[in-house]
Amino acid sequence: MYRYDEFDHQLVQERVAQFRRQIERRMSGELNEDQFKPLRLMNGLYLQLHAYMLRVNVPYGCLSSRQMRQLAHIARKYDRGYGHFTTRQNIQYNWVKLEDTADILADLAAVEMNAMQSSGNCVRNITADHYAGRARDEIQDPRVWCELLRQYSILNPEFSYLPRKFKIAVTGAPKDRAAVALHDIGLRMFLNDAGEPGFEVIVGGGQGRTPVIGKTIREWIEPEHVISYVEAILRIYNLYGRRDNIYKARIKILVKALGIDKYRELVEAEWLQIRDGALKIAPEERARIDAYFQPPTYESLTEQGAELDELGRADPAFGAWLRSNVADHKVVGYALVNISLKAPGKIPGDLSAQKMDAVADLADEFGWGELRVNHRQNLVLPDVRQSDLYSLWQALAKLELATANIGLVSDMIACPGLDFCALADARSIPVAQDIGLHFANSDKLQHVGNLTINISGCVNACGHHHVGNIGILGVDKRGKEFFQLTLGGSSDERASLGDRVGPGLPQSEVPDAIERIVDTYLEIREGEDESFLDTYRRCGMDVFREAVYGPEGPAKRVTPTRQVA
Amino acid sequence: MSTLIKDKKLIEDPFIRIGVDDAIPAKGAVLVPLTTWQDHWEKLLRRGEPVGVWLKSDEHPEIIADDLDNLQLIALEFPTFRDGRGYSYARLVRERYGFEGELRAIGDVLLEQLHYMERVGFNAFEVDSKDALADLAIADRDFSVWYQPSADDRASSAQLRTELKRNG
Amino acid sequence: MAQMLIANRLSDGLVVFRGADGAWVESIAAGVLIRNDREANDLLEQSLVDADSNRVIDPNLIDVTEHAGARVPDAIREAIRAAGPTVAVET
Repeated sequence: MYRYDEFDHQLVQERVAQFRRQIERRMSGELNEDQFKPLRLMNGLYLQLHAYMLRVNVPYGCLSSRQMRQLAHIARKYDRGYGHFTTRQNIQYNWVKLEDTADILADLAAVEMNAMQSSGNCVRNITADHYAGRARDEIQDPRVWCELLRQYSILNPEFSYLPRKFKIAVTGAPKDRAAVALHDIGLRMFLNDAGEPGFEVIVGGGQGRTPVIGKTIREWIEPEHVISYVEAILRIYNLYGRRDNIYKARIKILVKALGIDKYRELVEAEWLQIRDGALKIAPEERARIDAYFQPPTYESLTEQGAELDELGRADPAFGAWLRSNVADHKVVGYALVNISLKAPGKIPGDLSAQKMDAVADLADEFGWGELRVNHRQNLVLPDVRQSDLYSLWQALAKLELATANIGLVSDMIACPGLDFCALADARSIPVAQDIGLHFANSDKLQHVGNLTINISGCVNACGHHHVGNIGILGVDKRGKEFFQLTLGGSSDERASLGDRVGPGLPQSEVPDAIERIVDTYLEIREGEDESFLDTYRRCGMDVFREAVYGPEGPAKRVTPTRQVA
Repeated sequence: MSTLIKDKKLIEDPFIRIGVDDAIPAKGAVLVPLTTWQDHWEKLLRRGEPVGVWLKSDEHPEIIADDLDNLQLIALEFPTFRDGRGYSYARLVRERYGFEGELRAIGDVLLEQLHYMERVGFNAFEVDSKDALADLAIADRDFSVWYQPSADDRASSAQLRTELKRNG
Repeated sequence: MAQMLIANRLSDGLVVFRGADGAWVESIAAGVLIRNDREANDLLEQSLVDADSNRVIDPNLIDVTEHAGARVPDAIREAIRAAGPTVAVET
């Protein structure tokens, strides 16, 4: 894991001191709310429905056990005893006070964490494959590039007042677990014909009101040029992105307006001027950062597949968990373990301070003290010995963190929604809880197989509903909450946006509608191996629409109106 | 109220700033909008006094890139502090077009933006502040570590780390 | 038909209602119930002064109905602000 040196420490501490001053100037009235808001956003502080919310960066989803314990401490000392993991691999605290925020940031700095640029019109937390450095299919660990880009983008004086927020994701594997095509910049590593690793650069992806799958701006770039290329993209965006309408200010709108060819032309011309300058990544700097991501000293172990299958047969609950929550590790005898934060009826992504401490202990006991945050709001223990899986499972089960549902129906993404968020139109959490309880049966879950449900409480799509196999979007229809369903979304290397099923349904009808969609899938799928997504792509919408609304179709076509909050 | 700081000192503005429809004064250093420069540059240079051009946030300085040798001042307007185009313009003016005269930030310029503005190449500021010099001093002290290179002379942390390593 | 003034307190972001004598109170029951436009405008103006002097952020009028003695804002969003999240958090 990356460790701060004297420079990193100094910078973070200076940032905390600066924000402490800015808070004082706000409290005394030297700064009004209009002047203060962008400053507090650039330090991760939102004002939500009930209180301030602080979003803390978890850089490319990597956490140490020590950091997790500090997150627990912060939850207890300054908040209401819990935190929420997000779709950008961050953690959010819903109940912080402005007057405490500088102290919270100081406590974070003490464990090499920060909230710099976790919000605001600047480059946000750079996210990555949550299996980075460990996945069997990985070409190269993307985290070194994430860290280099992180440092490049933090407190960057040129790009702190962009037209809008800017999100970057990186994957080092051909299987895209980081949703790179749905980001402002996505970097997808692959090997060229000469066997050299480099990046495909994708630009202009995003969700929100106008979801777009990103386009390839450059098919191949050597890793040493990745920062200068990002600077060229940012500079063109900063210069030409729209500033007259916040709903049309993302880079995806600019790329669409100019066309990818014109945008590429501008970027490439700019890049030619800077490619061999100070931003070219020096081998020493790359090597310095690489050193932090060296794998631990693994033991020489044997593959335990057969033994695990045996245990799974003897204890079917363990068997189910093995199948859904455990992934292949690149080193023989080890495994990647997903900790599900989606127990039926719980708030997706939430974790109490007590359980944060427990999970930190598990990371120490069953690995080298490292954890990951997954953009599906779960956690990962990246280095568990296969021979330890059974005891780990038992420990997780005691904590209600062993739900065998990773990638299955009840592993929903849900944004905080109208229960917490000032932007929301509808509550997403109760919907998630209802569905989770409907699909609590483990056998049923396994029988259905991989099926992602993503729930957003408004068109801003923080719940990533556009790329859920089933998407649920909460809307406000004349003051009441309704939910529109979409089908067929996907955020992986074959990314697609969901298709709308029909008019919004009241909350009470949503779990049944999901049930009917799932039952239809089970009826028409070509064998157990055809996933819901594949079945949908093969069969199309009609059969599912009929399942939801009946053969007569929806009662009447209603266009839901959205009230501006 | 606005005060002018240049090279960290409080000064009276030697330039008269005129608007788009204003006449060019007979004498004195003058800061003119882009269209006035484009229409009257010969007359402005013939006056034999310092000339500056101020640009709105949608006027890219590449338009005047070839004229820089004749200008003593370029001012970039921030209509609202949220409009960040001026930061890119400033870097281009300094690093791409090589301008060495006064680069001034005007408009909605507050203490909290001064440090970044200075890093991208501004050396003069019309600051909205009760005590502009104090604000600048505060802004200057905010940071002593910078991750990335910019238009200023400060070494980035990457450079310093490499040096440290080389020097043992 | 009644209204109340709602805002977030600057120091801690908590939801507050305009109470009597210029106070801002956390409980909707303790806030001032406004029954006519003139009262609404007066209190809103005073609230904007409070916003300017950094006590509260974004004061605004909301519609409230009394149900069996309890005051409930008409809009779902405001009702949730008044009563808190509708889901139980795990602490």
